[in-house]
Amino acid sequence: MGLVNIAPKLAPEGYERNFAELSPRLTSQQALTEAARCLYCFDAPCIQACPTRIDVPGFIRKISSANLKGSARLILSANVLGESCGRVCPTEVLCEGACVLNGTGAKPVEIGRLQRYAVDYALDRGLRLFERGAPNGRRVACIGAGPASLACATELAQWGYEVAIYDRQALAGGLNTYGIAAYKTRAQDSLREVKMVENLGVRFHQNVVVGRDVALAQLEKNFDAILIAVGLGETWDLTLEGEALGGVIGAMAFIERTKTLPFEQVDVGRRIAVIGAGNTAIDVVTAARRLGAEIVYLIYRRDENSMPAFAYEYELAKKDGVAFLWQTQPVRILGNNGSVSGLECVRTRTLGKGRSAHVEGVPNSQFVLEIDMVVKAVGQRPVTDFLGDMRGIEIRSGQVVVNPESHQTGNPKYFAAGDCVNGGKEVVDAVAEGMRAARGIHQSLSAKKT
Amino acid sequence: MADLRIDFAGIKSPNPFWLASGPPTNTAGQVMRAFEAGWGGAVWKTVGEPIVNTASRYGGIDLGPQKLMGFNNIELISDRPIEDNLREIAEVKKRFPDRAVIVSLMVESRRAAWHEMVKRTEDAGCDGLELNFGCPHGMSERGMGSAVGQVPEYATMITEWVKEVAQTPVIVKLTPNVTDVARMAQAAEQGGADAISLINTLNSLMGVDLETFAPRPAVAGKSSHGGYCGPAVKPIALHMVAACAQKVKIPISGIGGIAGWKDAAEFISLGATSLQVCTAAMHYGFRIVEDMTDGLNDYLDRKGFASLGELRGRATANVRDWGDLDLNYKIIATIDSGLCIGCHLCYVACEDGAHQCIEEYPGATSEKRIPRVIEEECVGCNLCALVCPVEGCITMREVSTGKPATTWNDRMRRVQRESGVAYTPSLWGSL
Repeated sequence: MGLVNIAPKLAPEGYERNFAELSPRLTSQQALTEAARCLYCFDAPCIQACPTRIDVPGFIRKISSANLKGSARLILSANVLGESCGRVCPTEVLCEGACVLNGTGAKPVEIGRLQRYAVDYALDRGLRLFERGAPNGRRVACIGAGPASLACATELAQWGYEVAIYDRQALAGGLNTYGIAAYKTRAQDSLREVKMVENLGVRFHQNVVVGRDVALAQLEKNFDAILIAVGLGETWDLTLEGEALGGVIGAMAFIERTKTLPFEQVDVGRRIAVIGAGNTAIDVVTAARRLGAEIVYLIYRRDENSMPAFAYEYELAKKDGVAFLWQTQPVRILGNNGSVSGLECVRTRTLGKGRSAHVEGVPNSQFVLEIDMVVKAVGQRPVTDFLGDMRGIEIRSGQVVVNPESHQTGNPKYFAAGDCVNGGKEVVDAVAEGMRAARGIHQSLSAKKT
Repeated sequence: MADLRIDFAGIKSPNPFWLASGPPTNTAGQVMRAFEAGWGGAVWKTVGEPIVNTASRYGGIDLGPQKLMGFNNIELISDRPIEDNLREIAEVKKRFPDRAVIVSLMVESRRAAWHEMVKRTEDAGCDGLELNFGCPHGMSERGMGSAVGQVPEYATMITEWVKEVAQTPVIVKLTPNVTDVARMAQAAEQGGADAISLINTLNSLMGVDLETFAPRPAVAGKSSHGGYCGPAVKPIALHMVAACAQKVKIPISGIGGIAGWKDAAEFISLGATSLQVCTAAMHYGFRIVEDMTDGLNDYLDRKGFASLGELRGRATANVRDWGDLDLNYKIIATIDSGLCIGCHLCYVACEDGAHQCIEEYPGATSEKRIPRVIEEECVGCNLCALVCPVEGCITMREVSTGKPATTWNDRMRRVQRESGVAYTPSLWGSL
């Protein structure tokens, strides 16, 4: 990465402390107490708020009744990644945000943690809650091994499909494995869920790049349908002078390092500038601080109120002692001997309100931050080059266009789901889309004669 | 400050709160600690020929995180020698002369045996005797406890034996494991009892361990029916106290799930003079009495009652036969849309469990999911208000029917007048 000024390493226990789970697993006593708070609403708003429509009151009642296996089954039948969603979902704006207890002035039921508690019960014991369906002779390939593919494959395998997943990474799980802050979930947590999918007979082909290691034409020949669930690509460039300097890195690449390397091997600068203010930027600034960076700036060209990150993510970064530079825009990365030495910025002002307001630099407001690392967290670009190779598939604003019901693309053999369709949303959205795509594939193939 | 003192059939107590006969009143040490905490009296754990107890002895039922909604025991009477108990009773009475010390007795059903026990106990200086005709387990198989309390003639006879020699007031403790508890109260009164206390515990099994199939509370994998008590039995006790209050003139000591001042006030309003507490003290310790006296005092002040006598029996006359209830009284449910949180428990309860009088999504455009009562269908059953988790959100509002009050018995009497067929309220079925 070309860092010259690496922050001093922590003692080993320092890393474990800093990356300990923010929201640890509930004890059985805690789970029972929390479960008892659920009112067991009829036609519950929390279900409606969940993209995968998990029967929340149902699974919580099963926790109360000591039917944990049934609880896990209920959750996983709606969302095979129920465990990781319990950890990483923005529950405050989804199920817990919809909890009717909010209306009483009480705290909402901790649905996410209860969900994780129930699924952990099954995962810890290796319970097999689902069985592969009797083979129906049809074959589906999924490109990408992230949440959308895992969800789609789980459904199809239970209906008797032979499913093969092709993924460019060494490990399956997609962003669940590689892209979520380590204090929320670790790679091995994601791999436990992958194992569940494997147990249904789904075959994983890792380290395989479609188009390089296996030809698309080959897949088209061997499979009855293909799901595109390739997610998004690299972080957008800043298009600034100095971007090629050592010490400039994309947010996803940085987080991936924290998920795949021992923490002490993840180098960070002493002084870091993170550009962007989304949830990914928060994951970066908090990880950087927890890895030992002394000063971490979060730089955003709009104001605090326009910040795209969720409020509780922002709180997390505040607690980690991050310095926020609002209404600040980087204009040039300064270097010294090929490595980052500073970031030149200008102050901005906005014309209008909200996230779409026009931003312009304030004349003569330049200043320079002395830094030794820049992390770009301004969103990921779509993998249009790959998608462009597929005939009949329409890409609009970098997103694959699908029928919202069936997730079928313009090419009837191809379906698509997840970030490459929705432009980058939550894990739970990818799961919901993957499951819809599975139904779409099933309907489409069932309509055909074998 | 209201006057909380009571005179219970001649037994004086600074407040109505007594510890019931049971594990908390097993020793002088416990009873003295209880008196220091503020209890007005204690009914000593049943004294009799010492027995042998089992391990375990108690079982509990929780309701969500609330422990011991119901409680049961298969413990028997005191397992300590009679002379030890009597010596300690004398000591406690000497140290706390202003508190009521009543001794629960259970003796084999022989006249001479009862006579001897009554004399020995009174010699210890107790303020009164409570005859344990109630325990449903262990002793009943030996012809004592509820075996006596379930046969009116036995209860009358043994009460008479005791009254032949007793110098102090005699309380007969009744078992609820009978068809008509008031009949048993009358049997005690007929035998000369100075007072009754009720309820003793209900026959129960607390559950079954689904792995081992040992019923609870288990003794080496087996169990036996035990006495059920705690908050869950309070409604049963209230009914029985009220039923007895309407049938006998002697004072009543109310027992059954009392854990706070409100419970106490309810029992008193239905006719109880003193109150006995066991499970709550076993759960939380003797300290609970402070809030009981404090809360009861404030309640009496707020109601403008100078003493407990002004509260006693205020609700008794309102407990009536069903046939005396006004059939033209109408209430309907009203949902406060400002308070409603949209849980729809009222909807599903009414739809599946009652009378289909609530609409789930009236005018589906509403932002908030507020159900609507179909007023012309509402029968005023209370169910929606009972399940509503928000205090004050669903209220039952009285609406005028424009008709005069009328009861089933009124109607039947009218039928009788018009048809000439004889009608008595207890024989509706014959009509």
